[in-house]
Amino acid sequence: MIDLIKLLTRKKETSKDVAKERLKLVLIHDRSNVSPQFLEMVKSEIIKVIQNYMEIDERELDIQLTKTNSDDGERIVPALVANIPIKGMKSAGR
Amino acid sequence: MGEVIVITSGKGGVGKTTTTANIGTGLALQGKKVVLIDTDIGLRNLDVVMGLENRIVYDLVDVVEGACRLKQALIKDKRYEGLHLLPAAQTRDKNAVTPQQMVDLCEELKKEFDYILVDCPAGIEQGFKNAIAGADRALVVTTPEVSAVRDADRIIGLLEANEIRNPKLIVNRVRHDMVKRGDMMSIEDIIDILAIGLIGVVPDDENIIISTNKGEPAVTDNKSSAGQAYRNITRRIMGEDVPLMDLNVNEGLLAKMKKLFGFKPA
Repeated sequence: MIDLIKLLTRKKETSKDVAKERLKLVLIHDRSNVSPQFLEMVKSEIIKVIQNYMEIDERELDIQLTKTNSDDGERIVPALVANIPIKGMKSAGR
Repeated sequence: MGEVIVITSGKGGVGKTTTTANIGTGLALQGKKVVLIDTDIGLRNLDVVMGLENRIVYDLVDVVEGACRLKQALIKDKRYEGLHLLPAAQTRDKNAVTPQQMVDLCEELKKEFDYILVDCPAGIEQGFKNAIAGADRALVVTTPEVSAVRDADRIIGLLEANEIRNPKLIVNRVRHDMVKRGDMMSIEDIIDILAIGLIGVVPDDENIIISTNKGEPAVTDNKSSAGQAYRNITRRIMGEDVPLMDLNVNEGLLAKMKKLFGFKPA
């Protein structure tokens, strides 16, 4: 019922809402000051942890700070996306 | 002992110089001893906005290099008691002044003046570093546009990194009609994003262009809504508690009539 009211009263998104949403996202990026060195640090830490359990292809590993849709699909949120090719499992992980 | 206030924004063209001229003149009208320093070396403009461009002999670079005494470079505004301008050099570059020289200059001026307003150049390079070097507090000017708000956020971060705490925000060129129909970020939206204290809201007002044409700050014009906003900001800087003005008065008669008869605002 509440959802129905929400649906009926929901206004069209105005241009200032778009502006605010875009600004919030760009500022997350600006404020975090994500330098290549920072990502490199994150990357090496992740490799260290994963290598305890799996054999991975370090040269093909790719980590990026990017944007994605939120779970409810209404907003765009920042996301850390990692593409880590696995070559094999280590016995310790089983 | 006076106080040094830097007026900054990051982005160019949002109204730093106009804000400096109006607040400075406003403070002088309140009986304060004020000096305005233009630190935009190579692109000086505070002199023309103030209508003092014909009286420049020496400039900021002459002072820091010792080519003249400080007193000789200060232009006394004959219209407003207590108001002075230290113009920027036009034929030099930003590296002609160092942050330490600015600190020394500000200390010297504090002995004589109640308020030292520093008009900061756009950008975050040497000119910005010089402008904030001697500042006790900062006013950040922005407009309700994504580019200006983004740059303001960056500037706020840099001010804090340089230990200028608690900067205050001026939102310039607000159009209440556009805010109302959702096509311009409201003051609340901007405060929500930047998370700093607000010291004033200046409506978009064509009187600013007219007054700049004449070289007379709008703060002296009783009919100008922006002038009223600057008078309020001036009093807040002096520590008075002045409520935010109702921007509705900015709305044109036609829009009011339309609203009265139930038309959607244009």
